[in-house]
Amino acid sequence: MNTEPAATADPWVTAQRSPEFVQLRRTMRGFAFPMTAFFLIWYFLYVVLAAFAPEFMSIRVAGNINIGLVIGLLQFVTTFTITTIYVSYANRNLDPAGARIRDRLEGGAP
Amino acid sequence: MLLAQGAGVGSPAVNLGFFLVFVSITLVIVFRASRSSSTASDYYAAGSSFTGVQNGVAISGDYLSAAAFLGVTGLIAVYGFDGFLYAILAMLAWLVPLLLVAELLRNTGRFTMGDVLSFRMRQRPVRAAAAMSTIVVSFMYLVAQMAGAGALVALLLNVTSDAGQSLVITTAGGLMIMYVLIGGMRGTTWVQIIKGGLLMTTVVLMSAWVLGAYGLNLSALAGAAADNHPAGQGLLEPGLQYGENTITKIDFLSLAIAGVLGPAGLPHILMRFYTVPTGAEARKSVVGAIWLIGIFFLCSLVLGLGATALVGADRILSAPGTANSAVPLLAFELGGTVVLAIVAAVAFATILAVVAGVTMAAAASFAHDFYGNVLKRGASGTNEVRVARITVVVIGLFGILGGIGAKDQNVAILVVLAFAVAASANLPTLLYSLFWRRFTTLGALCSIYGGLGSCVLLITFSPVVSGAETAIFPSVDFAYFPLTNPGIVSVPLSFLLGFVGSFVGHERSDRRKFAEMEVRALTGTTVARPAQHVPARVPVP
Repeated sequence: MNTEPAATADPWVTAQRSPEFVQLRRTMRGFAFPMTAFFLIWYFLYVVLAAFAPEFMSIRVAGNINIGLVIGLLQFVTTFTITTIYVSYANRNLDPAGARIRDRLEGGAP
Repeated sequence: MLLAQGAGVGSPAVNLGFFLVFVSITLVIVFRASRSSSTASDYYAAGSSFTGVQNGVAISGDYLSAAAFLGVTGLIAVYGFDGFLYAILAMLAWLVPLLLVAELLRNTGRFTMGDVLSFRMRQRPVRAAAAMSTIVVSFMYLVAQMAGAGALVALLLNVTSDAGQSLVITTAGGLMIMYVLIGGMRGTTWVQIIKGGLLMTTVVLMSAWVLGAYGLNLSALAGAAADNHPAGQGLLEPGLQYGENTITKIDFLSLAIAGVLGPAGLPHILMRFYTVPTGAEARKSVVGAIWLIGIFFLCSLVLGLGATALVGADRILSAPGTANSAVPLLAFELGGTVVLAIVAAVAFATILAVVAGVTMAAAASFAHDFYGNVLKRGASGTNEVRVARITVVVIGLFGILGGIGAKDQNVAILVVLAFAVAASANLPTLLYSLFWRRFTTLGALCSIYGGLGSCVLLITFSPVVSGAETAIFPSVDFAYFPLTNPGIVSVPLSFLLGFVGSFVGHERSDRRKFAEMEVRALTGTTVARPAQHVPARVPVP
């Protein structure tokens, strides 16, 4: 445990303020926040349409398959797609930057 | 008596046989898991030794309860499109842990949700609040599952007597206590992996069977289901369950809010992320879980429609478990006694695996958050584990009693409440802790207790408790809150309280601890050594 005397030069605070970390945080939030907003809006749009525009959702597209069912299946597609995109984004942009900062901190080099 | 012509098809002896095979295999594995040394990290987090893929299967086993396997599929069979809305909700909610929670939680905590919530706050009050909310959520969930076990045996083993059902609940509870007591998190995880695998295999094979019967044509299957349902094409359109009036529509919106934010606030789900070694493995866990859970709910659409098409809505609704009997009836229709027996065994395995996970989370939170950090600060790990084991037995016994007491009640309210509290007390606090610099101890207490209190209060004054035919007290009416799900009010309220609480009072957030938390969360750093120009390292006391 670090105690008070080191607080001004606390390695965590130093690391948090480093440009590299600020960039990592921006990269993470810049993906996660808009993506969360997107999937929430997309799902609640679906719920609201189902609740207040049932006639629209009941329009048949092919055979017995109606628009409601199609958008419902699309919810699965978007969920799987977001998952896959996030994995490759994290592997490319988050993990290497995180590992660099971690190695520097745990190794104790400046 | 209804069973002979209803769902009591098949042979109870064969059903029981398959289940006993599951129990013996898992017990052997749990005993073997218990041989590894029992440090706190072993007991609570299986020594963080599972891989992301293993944990992904375990998460699906932990999350997909009997309510998902029998309940959601049954809702699709009976309410069609409106049931499908549930299925989508339960799947899509997993993007919250993927994008916002899993990795950061793994990197900042060790054993419980309380570890993360209290990281940069005053330990005692926040840990006590986290333990309280964990235990409330877990206990609701536990009692609902236990009571469900009673209903399930009526359906599948032809046990209709009161004493018989109570005996089954007691046996299930006893088995669960053994799993968790002996195997700890490692044993529990293996039970969930096995059950998750069994459940997925069963559901996928049955769906392929049903789709095959309709030439792999979803439209033909949907048409056959509509033909066999009193609502006809209405089955495939919105409105059968929630379409009645504006209140019922807003009620679904409220349920959707709690449902989408709930899973990422369920303590037994969060605890699963500690069983893997790194944040990257935690991410892999969620990815695996999303694929499995997504495929599961796609299959539930096929099985639900298949049950209506092949069995018929009338027969499902007149069976003893009503909607819950859709899958068992479909199984019997497809493959007779043997397939029904497999479904029955999987359903029991599901209950066992879920209650084991929930009990594990409640016991860990009591021992680690409350005993180890509030009651006896600095208690040793071994001491904590001893307390955790005692707690397992106590919670297990209460779960059995609660399950027996609630078995004739409408237990859906307990699940609703568990998800609502998870979404309103736990998740806002978790998100603020991880992402908002100015969040304070008072803010955390406001959002936890505010979310918890408003959920309980709103449910008490909802039509679930009084004033409706289906209520717990149908003869009195104090239902001043018109919705059955509090989420639409309690979730925003909790966010607001956490925000306001952080501004009132003179407390300032601990900047050093927040720096540590944030750097750990995003990089997985465990120890930060001072840079070279700092003279000397502060000696460790």
